[in-house]
Amino acid sequence: MIKNIPDFTISPRIDQVGIEERASRFTKRSIKNETKINGLKLALNMIDLTTLEGKDTDGKVMQLCYKAKHLHDSYPGLPTVAAVCVYPSMVGVAKKALGDSGVKVASVATAFPSGQSTRDIKLRDTKFAVSQGADEIDMVISRGKFHQGEYNFVFDEIAAIKQACGNARLKVILETGELGSYDKVRKASDIAMYAGADFIKTSTGKISPAATMPVTLVMLEAIRDFYYKTGKKIAMKPAGGISKAKLALHYLVMLNEVLGEEWMNNEWFRFGASSLANDILMQLMKQKTGVYQSADYFSND
Amino acid sequence: MATNSRLEVLKTYKIYIGGQFPRTESGRTYIATNAKGDSLANVCLSSRKDFRDAVGSARGAFGGWSGRAAFNRGQILYRIAEMLEGRKAQFIEELMKQDATKVNAEKEVNLSIERLIYYSGWCDKYQQIFSSVNPVASSHFNFSVLEPMGVVAAIAPQDTSLIGLVSIMAPIIAGGNTCVISASETKPLCAVTFAEVLNSSDLPGGVVNILTGKVAELLPFFADHMDVNATCYSEKDAASIKMIKEKAALNVKRVILYENKKWITVETQSPYFINDFQEVKTTWHPIENIGGGKVGY
Repeated sequence: MIKNIPDFTISPRIDQVGIEERASRFTKRSIKNETKINGLKLALNMIDLTTLEGKDTDGKVMQLCYKAKHLHDSYPGLPTVAAVCVYPSMVGVAKKALGDSGVKVASVATAFPSGQSTRDIKLRDTKFAVSQGADEIDMVISRGKFHQGEYNFVFDEIAAIKQACGNARLKVILETGELGSYDKVRKASDIAMYAGADFIKTSTGKISPAATMPVTLVMLEAIRDFYYKTGKKIAMKPAGGISKAKLALHYLVMLNEVLGEEWMNNEWFRFGASSLANDILMQLMKQKTGVYQSADYFSND
Repeated sequence: MATNSRLEVLKTYKIYIGGQFPRTESGRTYIATNAKGDSLANVCLSSRKDFRDAVGSARGAFGGWSGRAAFNRGQILYRIAEMLEGRKAQFIEELMKQDATKVNAEKEVNLSIERLIYYSGWCDKYQQIFSSVNPVASSHFNFSVLEPMGVVAAIAPQDTSLIGLVSIMAPIIAGGNTCVISASETKPLCAVTFAEVLNSSDLPGGVVNILTGKVAELLPFFADHMDVNATCYSEKDAASIKMIKEKAALNVKRVILYENKKWITVETQSPYFINDFQEVKTTWHPIENIGGGKVGY
């Protein structure tokens, strides 16, 4: 447990103009050839392949798990994705389908995506997912309480869920699109990290805007400051709206320049995405064959 | 103030991708000249990445365009003709800058308008001509219908500025395809102005994308992009045709070649040009034994 918990009402203020200009500068790097190929493979390996639909079936989840293990078999030597992210009711199916492939199972929990439920239900939701074998839990914070200024409530809730997680790593979703300002994103990041988050994550993917580069930069800087203060590393997961390989490379540039090489692996950084994998695969095949690719020749999930 | 002291406002000739007029991402230009060598305009020298973006737009627009009612496609083609009619003078002026005589320029613009109306009319009729019910020797109702190929990459005829482009484009989109067209390299002015006509004609963005630049540079990508379903070429260059055919084999693209076509004549308009960009789907539908009078069970 971390001592000296700061007063969250005085979390650092964020310079909006500065953050946005800095974030846009990461998109100006030129990354070509081998560097590009390595970057794309790393990004692939950082993906949490996600399906969070009301219409998810066992079959759909098994198909997604197959995809997680066999991204594109005609390209030998590709990594797998980092994890498959599903609803708690699908954890058992995913766990069985993934077997000993090394791909982790992440489960959303705590009345995802709104988080509008009681503490008791959220805890049981979490415990159920863990008991089914989830390696990682993606929880949502109570944005309503956060906006009401009840930071202690939000803090205690995260701490309670962390306890319920046991050995599973906890990702705390801030849902930045509902927070409204960079100041609040910073504040929510600080609360989550001090309360015991292993990851901080931007969004559920259910509302727009989801992950953006400036928001992710604010969170990465919060992680950096937290690391300097406490010596503890926190992982980052931008999620939602990252569907192009080029954008994923921009994120990796940002990660490298803010947190450095230690964070450049899937233990410390993830992309929450569903269509990103195929775009990266198409770019890799383009690099390999020299020919622009078509979605027709890549699997549908 | 003397009237000749006014500075003429020159147009920036940009490319047309997804209903927008960007400059080429490469930032390159070339100078279009007339036969005497006078410079007419700086024109975008498009790169393979512009083509990639254009194919992306065309693919995105395909579902909506092919799914529209054929009658509605006809209305939109008619609308393009209307818009072109309203800007006749500008096209005649541009054609004359590019060495056409006044008589020929007027003829080319008039024919372009008429050709658009011609294909507008065919939009909801070509299916009746080319579809069929086929006699088969089993208890099946067997019929063949046309479907658009998808995204077509076409090199516009190089010897004309407007009529060649219109003659290639109209049958492609009349049949529900979307396309990326590379304009005449030496006479690119009308293609860009025509894009402005398209943009004000209810034609959804991305259905037609127009690039300007060097054909030799773009052609390999027109032929080997995996998300292009057909490549159309109208020149008589044997080496290029061989290259197109070889690269097109990668994803079994259909290759449509027009050699020795005189686009300025009425012989080069017919529903067969629409048919060139269609695929035939044949369906076998099981039925009871008809016509025999005997029941099968």
